Amino acid sequence: MARHGHHGHNHGHGGHGQSRGRGADCCPETSEGEHRLVLAGNPNAGKSVFFNALTGLYVDVSNYPGTTVDVSTGRYGDHTVIDTPGVYGVSSFNDEERVARDVILEASMVVNVVDATHLDRDLFLTLQLIDLGKRVIVALNMTDEAERQGEHIDPAKLSELLGVQVIPTVAVRGQGLKELKESLELVCSGRADPDLEAELAPLLGRGIPWAHALLILEDDPVVSARHGLTPGGLRDDLYRRRRGRVAAIVKAVRSPSPERFSLAGFLAKLTIRPLTGLPILGLVLAALYYLIGVLTAQIVVNFTEKTVMRGFYEPFVRRLVGALAPAGTPLGTILIGEFGVLTMTVTYLVGLLLPLVVVFYLAMSVMEDSGYLPRVATLADRALVKIGLNGRAVIPLILGFGCVTMATITTRLLGSARERTIAVALLGLAIPCSAQIGVIAGLLAGTGPLTFILYAGVMFIFFGVIGALLERFLPGRSTDLLIDLPPLRLPRVDNVLAKTWGKSVMFIREAGPLFFYGALFIGVLQVTNALPRIEAFFAPLTVGWLHLPKQAADAFIMGIIRRDFGAAGLFTLALTPVQRIVAAVTITLFVPCIASVTVIYKERGLREASVLWFASWALAFGVGGLVSMALGLAGLGV
Amino acid sequence: MTLDKALRGQWAAIQELPEGNVRAQIIRFGLSEGEAVQCEEALPGGPIVIRKGTFRLAIGRRLARQITIRMLSHQPGVER
Repeated sequence: MARHGHHGHNHGHGGHGQSRGRGADCCPETSEGEHRLVLAGNPNAGKSVFFNALTGLYVDVSNYPGTTVDVSTGRYGDHTVIDTPGVYGVSSFNDEERVARDVILEASMVVNVVDATHLDRDLFLTLQLIDLGKRVIVALNMTDEAERQGEHIDPAKLSELLGVQVIPTVAVRGQGLKELKESLELVCSGRADPDLEAELAPLLGRGIPWAHALLILEDDPVVSARHGLTPGGLRDDLYRRRRGRVAAIVKAVRSPSPERFSLAGFLAKLTIRPLTGLPILGLVLAALYYLIGVLTAQIVVNFTEKTVMRGFYEPFVRRLVGALAPAGTPLGTILIGEFGVLTMTVTYLVGLLLPLVVVFYLAMSVMEDSGYLPRVATLADRALVKIGLNGRAVIPLILGFGCVTMATITTRLLGSARERTIAVALLGLAIPCSAQIGVIAGLLAGTGPLTFILYAGVMFIFFGVIGALLERFLPGRSTDLLIDLPPLRLPRVDNVLAKTWGKSVMFIREAGPLFFYGALFIGVLQVTNALPRIEAFFAPLTVGWLHLPKQAADAFIMGIIRRDFGAAGLFTLALTPVQRIVAAVTITLFVPCIASVTVIYKERGLREASVLWFASWALAFGVGGLVSMALGLAGLGV
Repeated sequence: MTLDKALRGQWAAIQELPEGNVRAQIIRFGLSEGEAVQCEEALPGGPIVIRKGTFRLAIGRRLARQITIRMLSHQPGVER
């Protein structure tokens, strides 16, 4: 197989065979013998099914250096198979595109997954890959769905016009995968834009590889900078020519077949019409709340945390470790005490967080794969524009109710730094994560519906006010919604499970150490007897201003590490209903957990992270005190 | 006339797109000048959803105001 692969380097069709093999010049870590098979395609074209079919179980998901984009790598024969984020073209409009661009530039061959129902949209990337001089095979996917929607595509004709192999597939049913694997040996470069040769000549003359030269002409700022050049300024012209070629190809290969009514298509329309879309959204959110907030946070966690971890695991580890470091000794307190790194850390991580995170990612994967999220973005756009965001921001904001840390990471998909600042601020200040919601629900439980309404009302108003203020006073301009609405589809179980598994493992790997250090810190405070002094120091704030018991300071110290931790600390105090609302509001608005702060610092820099952190102190105690005062004036005081 | 004025079900030809990155993105999606599209949905005060064949794109209202269109009385290529 290795020998066949080498043949590929002399396999020129497109008239610029010299561009190939150069990959080795620009990326020294790619040895001649290594075959980098890259999967590329538009979002929702079905790439991941091909990836799984080629690589099987042994897949490595890793973070692409310098970004928050994950890239999956696996092996097929002697090929290294690399999946790329779904993109509409090779360029640098966002992080996903920058990652896909670099992976594609280093590819020795590209399997381009094309959604047959969106031929017009997807062939732009195909032609761009061909223009870049890449060796390409086209997997024409979802041909069955295209037929149902009234479009027949002639794969032979398409192959002839593109100059590369086209394999019709229905990947979710395994159709065409065998043919695709067999044809990998015959990969070749296709029919590029004939005028490119002359346009690229000056850059090629300076020793710049073909693919890089094209991206420089297409105004890619990053690739231009890498070669110390200014962008070529031909993007508009090149894009329009490519579009023209796409239109001509589509016209030649596609013929209408009778359109049939589709339930998914009908439902899809209802989801974006406000009159029907808003009730549907309400139902979806209620179902999500029930799944995560009730079934998981209460029933499942009750079992995993109380029964399994506190009932079996903690006594076990206490007996085991207690022999060496008895409880009450400094080491014993740190290891197996109330906040012990072997007791509380593990209980929280495994018993509380893991079930929540798994179910949350499961729900998110279903939402993602079904194509529903962009529809929510469309519905929410109008409201989000008022707080300086656009509809796209619903994704991080909804994710924030699961875990603020991972939601902060996804703010990368927003269009401008201004939007990222606003979204991160809202996430850090005003959105309680699922773990925290669970504990707060417990704190407010049994005090009647009025406290819930008051709590939720204060939080909602705060969210709106902070957003509106940021929109008003932050310089610059946010980007507008421009989002592709994929058809609604039933998600594939194995895809959803694979995604959930990968993301859950990543999350625990990231959060685990932070939990450990946090517990260590509290343990040291306990051992050195610093807690009572901290309580006394904060008494004017906790007792004088918020009208809470002085032990509430412990809860806030714990809250610095994790807010749900802090809320759990409040749980143990005897509080009146009014004190409960004040405490719940204050702890929700309090500083983001250490994991979030770390991510905010990585994403937004030291200055923004510090401003946010100190602002949340002021806002939490400020708003908490005001609520306490207002409720006191209303005659509900303590 | 601009795209934000389009009503549900209407057909229009795109006449002019705004400059910059957003222009490149729209062209990449397949909606260059001269293309005929149908307004699938116009959310009150919110985005316009346009459709070209089976491809649907939601466009924020402020961006829609920057896209010039020409109204078409019916779907191009379809006899009335």
